[in-house]
Amino acid sequence: MNKSFLTALCATGALMFGAAQAADGPSDGSVKVGVLTDMSGVYAAIEGPGSVIAAEMAIEDFGGEVLGQPIELASADHQEKADVASSIARRWIDRDNVDMIVGMVNSAVGLAVQGLASDKQTITMNTGAGSQELTESQCSKYGIHYVYDTYALPVGTATAMVENGGKKWFFITADYTFGHSLQKSTARVVRELGGEVVGSVNAPLGTNDFSSYLLQASSSGADVIALANAGNDTVNAIKQAHEFGIVDRGQKLAGMLVFLSDVKALGLETAQGLQFTTAFYWDRTEKSREWSQRFLDKHGEMPTMVDAGVYSATLAYLKAVEAAGTDEADAVRAELGDMKINDFFVTDGSIEPNGLMPHDMYLVRVKQPSESEGPWDLLEVVSTIPADQAYIATEDSACPLLGE
Amino acid sequence: MSLNAILAQTMLGLSQGVFYAMLSLGLAIIFGLLNVINFAHGALYMLGAFVALIGYSYLGPWLGQPDWHMGFWTALVVSPLLVGGLGMLIERFLLRRLYDFDHIYGLLLTFGIALILQGLFANYFNISGTPYPGQPESLSGIVNLGFMYFPKYRLFAILFSIVVCFATWFVIERTSLGAVLRAGVENPKLVEAFGINVPRMVTLTFGFGVALAALAGVLAAPIYSVSPLMGADLIITVFAVVVIGGMGSILGAIVTGLMLGLVQGLTQAVYPPAANTVIFFIMVVVLLIRPAGLFGKVV
Repeated sequence: MNKSFLTALCATGALMFGAAQAADGPSDGSVKVGVLTDMSGVYAAIEGPGSVIAAEMAIEDFGGEVLGQPIELASADHQEKADVASSIARRWIDRDNVDMIVGMVNSAVGLAVQGLASDKQTITMNTGAGSQELTESQCSKYGIHYVYDTYALPVGTATAMVENGGKKWFFITADYTFGHSLQKSTARVVRELGGEVVGSVNAPLGTNDFSSYLLQASSSGADVIALANAGNDTVNAIKQAHEFGIVDRGQKLAGMLVFLSDVKALGLETAQGLQFTTAFYWDRTEKSREWSQRFLDKHGEMPTMVDAGVYSATLAYLKAVEAAGTDEADAVRAELGDMKINDFFVTDGSIEPNGLMPHDMYLVRVKQPSESEGPWDLLEVVSTIPADQAYIATEDSACPLLGE
Repeated sequence: MSLNAILAQTMLGLSQGVFYAMLSLGLAIIFGLLNVINFAHGALYMLGAFVALIGYSYLGPWLGQPDWHMGFWTALVVSPLLVGGLGMLIERFLLRRLYDFDHIYGLLLTFGIALILQGLFANYFNISGTPYPGQPESLSGIVNLGFMYFPKYRLFAILFSIVVCFATWFVIERTSLGAVLRAGVENPKLVEAFGINVPRMVTLTFGFGVALAALAGVLAAPIYSVSPLMGADLIITVFAVVVIGGMGSILGAIVTGLMLGLVQGLTQAVYPPAANTVIFFIMVVVLLIRPAGLFGKVV
């Protein structure tokens, strides 16, 4: 290492230190939103670069400034690792004055960052992770869970399948918090409706070849093979189930968490007929079509429910800051709790004291290739699951904050 | 577990094992003959799959012929040639400059190439994978093997890969061409004295190793979705296979690849949480007992 390199390094360090010092103070001169997400890993198609674009759109649509201060955006890749995510969040909050963190796909990441941000009195709006724990035993005053959770997902899908004769269930489960949580709540719905769980197998996150697990599921004699996983895992499992002719021999597949990007990756030929629950589909209302078209123009792909959720959450946050007249977390959180959220994503949404934002969910069916009229004409909305049925009632929540 | 279930898991393990074998074979050839640890191998495997996908789904529309597809069989020939050609360019213009330095430089260079290739494709293609629709009609459907229903295509992939692997082994270990190759590594000066162009031979060998990766990529395309990260997911395991088999051992790479596929398949059935780690566990044990690998010669 030569001398000039060292000098440059010191200079850069001094500059960064100076900048951090200058920005510190009671009012930091800007409102800063941080998108913490998976930019290139297994969940990047669900909430990756697309969610950053969604947040940019929200800031743009809001006018680029709030309370006379510019709105800034930061984004980072958490690499699906809770420790990486925590250190980014810590740096954002302590040094970069990030006021709100959105995104956080992957429940392990979501829980870690929500805990850390709460200790530092910073609002998190989780749009990507599914674990119900975010608003249950590990709920926090500053943590908001916005798009979907493992309680809401099975309600529509499992009910529809059990009612159509799928009584015996076998689970292929992603082996971490989210998968277990999803399996538990799906099994609850199945049992309540008179079905039974005949077996389950835990597959590591990022499994390439599911055929071994599918074979076990297939020989279990189950009517329904439920995939309690997400992203690439779901895509691979469905593709391989198709390849081994499992669906052709009479067993049904239930994707407990499927995103639009997964259907796109599978192709209609393979995915046709698959039913699942989603918080958003672009081709549902005039407003959702209009926004999604703008998103498509920028990103080249239609938004997933998470992309739409990032937009909606960011916009709601900015409105709350404006209404509160400050970016101070307690005041903004109070405002978020009082206001009604209305946009193309949610109608009359409100954020409960435990951080949950209950809203309508939709049971959808993947179209047959012959029904599809365009590259993104993939789903048909079968029914709407009202918010009060989809999500756990606040009085049933195990969140310790509610007792206070 | 019943006998049928064991047989079924064996078949599944084998269908994974052939990919390990093909990839670790390419790595072993490159390492054995060139002493280069090719970290770009996974990315070149991914590139092989993408050539097939682009040829089938995108090339026609780009050229203004929306109905034209490059079929699977064509891709099986074209993709290894193209990617192998790229490999030769990499060897000729980049790697060659590093032969006089420590191994680590070659490793860093190829790792950088892998990151660039993955980043490029991640920029333009769906990261969660794009389905390859070009699986030939004659290979679709399933066959009843008695103990299980098995996709015809996977059966084809297993047989085809085994033939390719053993043909490669035969050429390198049992023919005069292979003898020249091995001698060229042992003592390049002497082989050059016989009038053989050693640098060109090295370039061709690297190209061949890379072409094997591309061939595996084309074979994998109909089974797994074609995704920018498909190679990155696999390459670490494949390196473990090479280490277990013995760095640079051709036969070792093939046999270990197949064997570890089987072990992984059976682990998935018996104790799924260990499926991703079992290979590394075996690697640790082998390194403790036989540091040169199962088939490696102790120097």
